[in-house]
Amino acid sequence: MFDEKDLILEAKHVTRRFPAPGGRKLTACNDVSLHFYRGRTLGLTGESGCGKSTFLRLLVRLDAPTEGEILFHGMDLTKLRGEELRQTRQQIQMVFQDPGGSFNPRMKIRDIICEPLLNFGRIRPSEKDAAARKYLEAVDLPADFADRFPHSLSGGEQQRAAIARAIALEPEIIVMDEATSALDVSVQKTIIELICKLQREKNVSIGFVSHDLGLLQSFAHQIAVMYLGSIVEILPGTDVKKARHPYTQALLDAVFDIKMDFAKKIQPIDGEIPSSLDLPPGCPFHPRCRYCAGICRRERPALIAAGPGHKTACHLFGGASW
Amino acid sequence: MLEIKNVTICYQDCPAVKNFSMTVEQGKIAALAGESGSGKTTVIRAVLGLLASGGRVTEGDILFEGKSLLKNTPGQWRKLRGTAIAMIFQDSGAMLNPTRKIGAVFVEYIRTHEKISRADAWKKGAAMLERMRLPGGDTIMNAYPFQLSGGMRQRVGIAMAMAFRPRLLLADEPTSALDVTAQAQIVRQMMELREEYGTSIVLVTHNLGAAAYMSDWIVVMKDGGIAGSGNRNEILSGNSGGYIQKLLDAVPTLGGARYV
Repeated sequence: MFDEKDLILEAKHVTRRFPAPGGRKLTACNDVSLHFYRGRTLGLTGESGCGKSTFLRLLVRLDAPTEGEILFHGMDLTKLRGEELRQTRQQIQMVFQDPGGSFNPRMKIRDIICEPLLNFGRIRPSEKDAAARKYLEAVDLPADFADRFPHSLSGGEQQRAAIARAIALEPEIIVMDEATSALDVSVQKTIIELICKLQREKNVSIGFVSHDLGLLQSFAHQIAVMYLGSIVEILPGTDVKKARHPYTQALLDAVFDIKMDFAKKIQPIDGEIPSSLDLPPGCPFHPRCRYCAGICRRERPALIAAGPGHKTACHLFGGASW
Repeated sequence: MLEIKNVTICYQDCPAVKNFSMTVEQGKIAALAGESGSGKTTVIRAVLGLLASGGRVTEGDILFEGKSLLKNTPGQWRKLRGTAIAMIFQDSGAMLNPTRKIGAVFVEYIRTHEKISRADAWKKGAAMLERMRLPGGDTIMNAYPFQLSGGMRQRVGIAMAMAFRPRLLLADEPTSALDVTAQAQIVRQMMELREEYGTSIVLVTHNLGAAAYMSDWIVVMKDGGIAGSGNRNEILSGNSGGYIQKLLDAVPTLGGARYV
């Protein structure tokens, strides 16, 4: 399913630490390695505060990793500076969680969509109108929205306009940070269908962050589960039910869907994600894990293959024969 | 215990809810589901007399334990709100004063409704927080809202709403700002409230999955009217109309439809 020649972006052992008061360190991403393939979607899930968004910000170089490499077609983005870095930005675009907050309220939709095109000299100012119409139609919005201001669009329409801005440069990768969590379920569905349609047309690679595993499994090709800055499991999107890591199973138990067993008592994992300051040794999940054993408190488990396209970082499955 | 009879609610002269009726019985959970702008929040705000400026109930009546709520004087409202009927908001962080500690707000809230000393109100508040599975009631009471996570703030909101064991709890999208694990925790919390105190709950949500899990009765709203209502099986069977089926199809299900 994943061909190595389709590999576009590769994060290799990416770690991001922030300095915290008292000389301590806050580890937002800890040794994250993920691969993005052409025409494929990578879903990234986890609780609030687990470092999902920080990782996306590293990918688009809004922030730089403390350690590790981000290879774009084999070229390390973390070492690029100045004009070279600016040119690669055309290939990696981002859609944010709150579409309203990512627009300048005083710009019209036409100017918002065409700004990246003008910045990279792809069109002349006289061609703005035609370009805006073209991309608005691509995201199923009426072309005369070009004359509107962002505030007169509904949340779903704003998110479509944000997607139009992201695809305007025809990037190879689009990363989306909780792009649908501010929307209704029915609007969410139409946005997901739009994203899938654009992916088929343009063969673009998509990184999608969401805390809803139920949503991700409906369109992602591979799903990475993150906990406290570490990737604990990588699953093929087609069978999330094969999840083995206790944390992924807890996430699956927390999804409410309309085909669930309603008599079942919900057993959410208690408490909050612990602080990322001074990470404890051992498995990041051990304080909340019901299967926690001695080794979990001492050694950090490595990601081990558990099946085709499936990797788990858990001592329970350390001796698997895959 | 709560009866909403054929109400029409207008903002200025524009009706937002038309001819809407529902009843909630003692100890039952009812859900109002629907898309943004369908009038869900307007209905429960009307129950508590908290319609935004210009909003009025122009027709129909709302009865709580047999008495009409619409003719209440401010004094009567003060006796009901917080003690007999309480509300949880979508973002409890926005309800809390950002420059004051949780304890200060909570003590003030308790002392508005009950003649009680400061020290006793503090103890009552801390005990209530611990009941809501917040570890260390006193620590939370001494924290500012920004120091708590979204799930913890929501639990503070529930603790405040439940401080006087109201007979009716109105919850306006209590979980939609939270991630799935926190959502599951809050859902469990609310179901335990019903078991423990026999509180009736009216839940507003756009998540049909959570609504189906929690409620005894579901009302689906569309454009200010009722698109369908029934118990969980009736709604989920999809026999109640094309619009409900469309909403059901939009809920992502594990092992359900894939778009790629």
